[in-house]
Parts: sequence; C-alpha cells; structure tokens
Amino acid sequence: MDSFYGLAPRTSTRKQSAAGPHVTFPGDASESTASTKQQVLLSAHGVEKSYRKGKHVVPVLLGVDFEIAAGEFVSIVGQSGSGKSTLLHLLGTLDAPDQGEIHFEGRRIDNLPTSSRDLLRNQYFGMIFQFYHLLPELSALENVLIPSMIADGAFRYWRNRRQYRERAEHLLELVGLSHRLKHKPRELSGGEMQRAAIARALIAEPEVLLADEPTGNLDSKTGEEIMEILRTLNADQNLTIVMVTHDAAIASQADRIVRLAEGRVQAA
Amino acid sequence: MYKLLLSWRYLRSRYIALASIISVTLGVATLIVVNSVMAGFTQEMHQRLHGILSDIVLESHNLDGFADPQWHMEQIRKICGDDIAGMTPVIHVPALMRIPFRGDFHTRQINLIGVDKTTYTEVSDFSQYLLHPGNQEKLSFLLREKGYAPGRNDFPPSGWVYRRVQAEYEKELARQQREMADVESSGDLPASNIAPPPDPYAPSIPSDSYGGESNPITSGDVFDPATEQNTGIILGIATCSIRGRDADGEVRDFYLCGPGDDVQVYFPNAGSSPKPVSTSLTVVDLYESKMSEYDATFAFMPIEKLQSLRGMFDPLTDTRYVTSIHMKLKPGADLNGVRDKLRAAFPSDQYPYRIETWRDLQGPLLAAVHMETTILNILLFLIIAVAGFGILATFFMIVVEKTRDIGILKALGAPSQGVMSIFLSYGVSLGAVGSGVGLVLGLLFVIYINKIAHGLELITGREVFDPTVYYFQEIPTSIQPTMVVGVMIGAVLIAVLASVLPALRAARLHPVAALRYE
Repeated sequence: MDSFYGLAPRTSTRKQSAAGPHVTFPGDASESTASTKQQVLLSAHGVEKSYRKGKHVVPVLLGVDFEIAAGEFVSIVGQSGSGKSTLLHLLGTLDAPDQGEIHFEGRRIDNLPTSSRDLLRNQYFGMIFQFYHLLPELSALENVLIPSMIADGAFRYWRNRRQYRERAEHLLELVGLSHRLKHKPRELSGGEMQRAAIARALIAEPEVLLADEPTGNLDSKTGEEIMEILRTLNADQNLTIVMVTHDAAIASQADRIVRLAEGRVQAA
Repeated sequence: MYKLLLSWRYLRSRYIALASIISVTLGVATLIVVNSVMAGFTQEMHQRLHGILSDIVLESHNLDGFADPQWHMEQIRKICGDDIAGMTPVIHVPALMRIPFRGDFHTRQINLIGVDKTTYTEVSDFSQYLLHPGNQEKLSFLLREKGYAPGRNDFPPSGWVYRRVQAEYEKELARQQREMADVESSGDLPASNIAPPPDPYAPSIPSDSYGGESNPITSGDVFDPATEQNTGIILGIATCSIRGRDADGEVRDFYLCGPGDDVQVYFPNAGSSPKPVSTSLTVVDLYESKMSEYDATFAFMPIEKLQSLRGMFDPLTDTRYVTSIHMKLKPGADLNGVRDKLRAAFPSDQYPYRIETWRDLQGPLLAAVHMETTILNILLFLIIAVAGFGILATFFMIVVEKTRDIGILKALGAPSQGVMSIFLSYGVSLGAVGSGVGLVLGLLFVIYINKIAHGLELITGREVFDPTVYYFQEIPTSIQPTMVVGVMIGAVLIAVLASVLPALRAARLHPVAALRYE
C-alpha cells in the first residue's frame, strides 16, 4: 500500500517557499497555531453567506467557525441546503463570504485580489466535484493537464510539456486509468471520470483537496473505490482532504466529521 | 495553452458555428468577385476612355474653331512644356453620313473628326483600335490592298481587292441596265444608234445635286473607282455595322460598308451662315474601341482636307483654324495641375475655350461607375455585418452551452481574461476560416469567371454575358491585392467584434453559478 501512490512524500517546505509572494499577516499566525496542537492549514472564522433569490434573501451560513489541520481528513455533513457545498466553495475561494474570514496557512485569503485567488485555486487547492466536471472536448490526459496549462504560458508549457505529460500519465496510472488516456469523458464510466478528476486535482501537488460529494453520483462499490483512493492519499501523502457528503457511511471514513445544520457547525 | 487547445477543440467539434460563418464566407466571396469584376470593367473603361481621349483637351466653344493652332501650342509649351509629351490640332464637327447599300442609302449621324495623321497617333492610342495591322503601326488614309481585320471570319472582303471587283461589278451592272433601258425605250428592237439615257446607278455614288465635289486623290478626267480612291475616312465600326443575331442565334456583325466602299458625308462649313458641304470619301479602315458611344459616332479624316472643305483657313495668310488641341502629358505629370495652369493662362473671360482633362470629360460616367462600386461594397459589407449578428447569436449559444466548462476552468484557476481569450480566439479563427474559404472561393470564381459564365450558358441556354450588349468579348476582371486584404481584414474584424460580447459574458460568469448550471 505504501508505494501504491508512489508520490514523493510531501515536504511542507515546497509550498512554503513558493508561498513567498503572498501577503502575510503577522497577527493571524499566533492565533491559529494556539488553538490546536497540529498546525492549522485552513480555517473559517464567523463566515456568513446568504443568497438572493428574486426578492428574497436566503441565509445559508450564519457564522461558521472551524479549523482544519494539515494532514487531516475532514468530512462536512449536513442535510440538503444546509450550506455544506457553499462552505466548500468559500474555503476554495470560488465564492466570497458576506461576513467573516477564510484563512489558509495563517493568511486571510477571502479578500485577496482575483488574480491571487486564481493562483491559489490553481496551485494550492485541488477540487473534485459530484459531477466530475471534466471538459467534454478533451481526453482524460488533456483534462489532467489543464491546470498545468493554466499555470504556465503557452511557451513555458510547451518547453515543459514532456515533464507535465509524464506526471499526468503517472497520476492517471496511480488512479488506475492508464488504459484510458486518450478517451473522452463521454467514453468513460462515472468512476473512471472521478478518477480522472482526482488525477487533475493532484497535478499541481496541492496542499488541500476539496471534494464536493465525490461519491454522490456513483454506486456504492465505485464510491468505495474512490474513497479508498482518497484515504490512501491522506494516509500516504499526508494530503489534507475536506470532503462534503450527505452519506453518513462515507463521512464516517474521515478522521473527523463536521456537522452543519441551520447555518452553523453543530457540536459533534 | 489551454486557450488555444480549447478554441481549437471547439472549432473542431462545433459545426453549427461553422455554419454560422458560411454567410461570412459567401459575403467575402461575393465582395471579391464583385470588386474584381467592377475593377476590371473600370480599368478597361479607363484604358479605353483614356486611350481615345488624350490627357487634356483645349476646346473651342465655336464650331468654326480658333485661328493659328501653332501659336497656341507654342504658348502651351511655354506654360507647361516640361509636362507635355505631345500635342495635336483636331477638328470636331457634327456630320451626316450616307452609306449606299443595295441601291438604297443608310443615313447615320456621326461626329466627324479631322486629325493630323502623324501627331494624332502620338497623343492617343487611336491607331491601336484600327483594324488593319498596317494602320496600327503607321496611320495612313490610303486604302490598303488587303489584310483588314485578320482573324475575323465574318469581316466582309475589303481593300483594293474588293474595290476592283466591286467596280467591275457595278460597271457590268450599269452596262446591263443600259441595255435593258435600250430595249425598253426602243420597243422590241435593240437600236444601237439611240443615245442611252442617264443612268442613275452607273457610278457607285450618285453625283450630288447640290454641287458637292468628289475628291479623287489621283486626278484624272474620269474618276475610276477601280484604280482611284477619294480622300480616306476611318469609320467607327458601329456607324457602318449592325450587331445582331442570325437565325441560329449566333452573334454576328452585319456590315453596311467596309474598307474599299465610298460614302457620302455632309457637314456645315465654317462662316457666319453655315451651309452644308458634301463630299465623297473612301472608307480606308474601321475603328473599334469597344466603347459603343465612340464606335457608333466617330469618323476620322485628314485634318487638312477637312479644313479646306469647311473653309477653315485664311486664303491670304494661310492661317489654319482648328476646334481643339489635344495634349498628352509625360508619365507622372500632374493632370489637374497642368489643367489649372492652362486655365489660368487662357481665362474663360478672354478666351472662348474649355480646358478639360479626360477625367473631366468622362466625369459623369466615371462617377457613376465609382458610385455603383461604392454602393455595392456597402451593401455587401452589410451582408457580412448581418453574418456578424449570426455569429453573435451562435456564440452566445455556445457560451451558454459551455457555461459549466467555464465554471470548471475558473475553479481550476483560469483567470477571466483567459476564459475571454478562448472565445475571442475562437471568433478570430472562425472569422479567419470563414473569410479564408471565402477568399479561395472568390478568387477561383474570378479566375474562372468566363468559364463559369460559359457553363451557365450551356446549362440555362441563356447568354449570361451578351456580346450584343457589351463590346467586351470576355468579362474583364482585375484582382486588386489591397481590396482583397481590406475585405479579409473587414470580415475578420466583424467576426471578432461579434465574439466580443459573448466572450465578455463568459469572462464575467461567476464560477459557482457556472458550476451549478445544468
């Protein structure tokens, strides 16, 4: 099992040095490290979010506070409409909270300029979705390569293309898709698509994997296979995973369960 | 990189978008075809107009002309001699022409032009349009032996060869008629001692009752058409021929007369009370500029003869009169500049002259063609603009269809500009493909336009390009690179403009909303 995912052990120094250009907030660091024994990687502080539906304002999150330590596997559960997906989007900077703050590695990230948030999603967060969200025009391999293409300009990508391609093929092999490199998403099964999506999420060697109902559209056996991959990633690579699900059986495979109800985190 | 990859993939997988740019393709193709044909027509017309008319014309308002063209030409040389390549004195006079044909007369109104045979050909391309190759090289008003219009099968026999045979025939005809008359006048018996009555058909041209003179070049006691000719005249081809279709539907020229025949010409003489002057002239060549206006009215004769016939000289001082002076400028000379200098030197309140460039003279025609081209261009660009709206609608549809992909790309960290440039480069490539195909189609059509016209004739049985209407044998075309480049740029620009709005919309999509989109 050790070498199954064969990725080089994640060294925290890699991203630390790369994170240099980010604005640092000296005040935040002491507060977050004090709260848990492990280093807090991602945290939400009093996050509120509401949606506007026509004339009505629908409150979704009413002050969410919670922290995720580095290397933790957390699942967020709750009923439909409890705001768990919204929370995940907020954590992943896809959306901005109305109130409150999101912190990553001790720095506030929800108010960063758009370009910095784009970079964050591209380099530090990996995302997988319930509906896989692969690009239908591209093959599995190309889908995995998209984040690298976004990261580099055309010229730099062209120069490094062999390296990227090798890595993408390697990742697809790890998730068990080496026989489907040239297949378009419509030629893949649900489980295969989710494997490709996981490989895509991993190509930039992210700090956190944000998974939005990764098994929601799969039968239980395939879902179990996906969970196996996620658990192995967490165990072997010490990859921090935040997973949203409504399935109690799936959720229970995580280290910790955060229950969301009525817009707040409920005591476990 | 992902931008190029995705716009390429969208291009390959969205044929509906390709359909939306077919209108761009067609627009570009028609624009190129129309412009090339119009440019071909215009060029051909300019060439002909310019070839017939010299660069600048100094023209008298008076039909009697002005005295001493030599003095005028010296003045002109003093004013702008550096720009003048050649000058020639010319007389224009309206005239009537009667063509004897099968014992009857066809009357035509012509514009009789007296030209100097050495200098006139230097000033314009006049000699190029003559039918005899010898006259094209060196203009002569003497009838040539034969060899007119080489390569034309329907051209009637002409030259001295024809004239001798014709004279022989008419002599024989006259003899027979005389015999017939003798028989009739003397009852049954041929009586050789009775003097023959005057014969109306004996000479090929009846002697004029108004005292007109015939102008034999070789003087003799009796004018013998078999060996002598009158002063030469060169007729515009349509003054003496009729173009039409024969019973089989073939287009043919039917000639009333040709080189070797004699015609009668009437024109006013100079003076305070003009009287008609009549003269017999021998057709020595035909003139075909393929500008119907000129071919149907122009007739040329030697200027000296016209001056003496019209009395346009002072018998005491031998000062000659002409009605206009034609000038040819050196290449690169400023046409309007020279004209303006001449106008300043010959102000119209002192001199009764009109000084015009060939463009001024043909201004309405050139302006009409120019306006036609402009309007057609505007209309066709409107077609491409309509195509632009088609692209706009299609692109909006594609953006809506691709909403989730846009959300995915943004979730993976693609910046808004990146998403926008996917759709912009998609638009550019669609525009480029559309107008590129249009370019190829248009150019092919232009290159093979005559074959296509011929093919259409075979299929429909109708003549597309009726040679009885146009004097061109083929549809003239001229492909102008600047026009082609302009059309291409315009079409691509319209495609880009049409994709800007959808691309902006794509860029502004909120990633979460886009991801949720089903």
